[in-house]
Amino acid sequence: MSRTITGTTRLSVLFVLLLTAVMLSPVQAAVDAFAFDTPEQQERFRHLSNEFRCPMCQNTNLTGSSGGVAEDLRREIYMMIMEGQTDEEITRFMLDRYGDFILYRPRLTGETILLWFGPLLFLLVGGWVVMGIIRRARPVERVAAELDTAEQERLRKLLEKVDEPH
Amino acid sequence: MSRLKLFVPVGVFLVLALLLWRGLYLDPRTLPSVLIDKPLPEFELPTVEMAAATVSKDDLPDEPFLLNIWGSYCLPCLQENPIFMAAAEQDLVPIVGVNYKDKPHLAQMWLEDNGSPFDYSIVDEDGRLGINLGVYGAPETFIVDGNGVIRYKHIGVIDYQIWETEIMPALAAVRAETAPL
Repeated sequence: MSRTITGTTRLSVLFVLLLTAVMLSPVQAAVDAFAFDTPEQQERFRHLSNEFRCPMCQNTNLTGSSGGVAEDLRREIYMMIMEGQTDEEITRFMLDRYGDFILYRPRLTGETILLWFGPLLFLLVGGWVVMGIIRRARPVERVAAELDTAEQERLRKLLEKVDEPH
Repeated sequence: MSRLKLFVPVGVFLVLALLLWRGLYLDPRTLPSVLIDKPLPEFELPTVEMAAATVSKDDLPDEPFLLNIWGSYCLPCLQENPIFMAAAEQDLVPIVGVNYKDKPHLAQMWLEDNGSPFDYSIVDEDGRLGINLGVYGAPETFIVDGNGVIRYKHIGVIDYQIWETEIMPALAAVRAETAPL
């Protein structure tokens, strides 16, 4: 009996190990697909692949997508890094072909200025409105406090009227 | 004056609502191409029909033509093929294919099975021409003028309605502009 249990346990441990190996291997492959000369190059590759958006499977970056075109673009980035091109040149390459869409952080241009500063604009407008409300609220309090005797008498009578049971 | 101010939030709401409403009907997949009015990229590639020889930009038609990105794996390409076949039979416009990220022998089989509307299909096995064209997946169709300048791009499948209401008018406009006086 105990032998069977050990046997089963061993088998399941083996199974889990095998499963882990299978699950890990594609990740390993994705990292090792390109050989770099220096860690800096690898770091730049990682950084650039994270910064560009995959044009096909939208809402993922190049690193996280397995789409055909993402694979090709990663290869282009790798080759351009190995050719000694700068990050600016690689970004220009992408922009010339896919436009601002490819950048997860859009450039600051006439078209994107609202995108960048729209939230600030909303904050300023909101702040302005709130300031207006606060400023207007103060004089109202003061007026209420500055009733003359005749007005106070009238107010008292009105309140009494309200309190009277119907 | 202060009465009118009360309507400002309603106005802001209406403008925002209108913009967002319109946003609901925008297709996020149709990205505006930055390559419109730019010349085609240089290339030197074999064709599906002739693996031994290569074609380049200079071999392309010197009149307005369609450049269709396709692949044997691409179902929408199969869907739009009859439209291109009909156009080719009626000699409406020259069509050049770009066999994008495909295997040439699979492409040949596909053309044999479904018919070829293409003058020829450029083999872009590693997808590099596709990248230079800003392609992100088949099918995509460009209208290129006789000088090799990209004038129009349609992303996705072309059906009869798109053919009649978008492709043909755009082609006519390009032809009218580049026609010799």
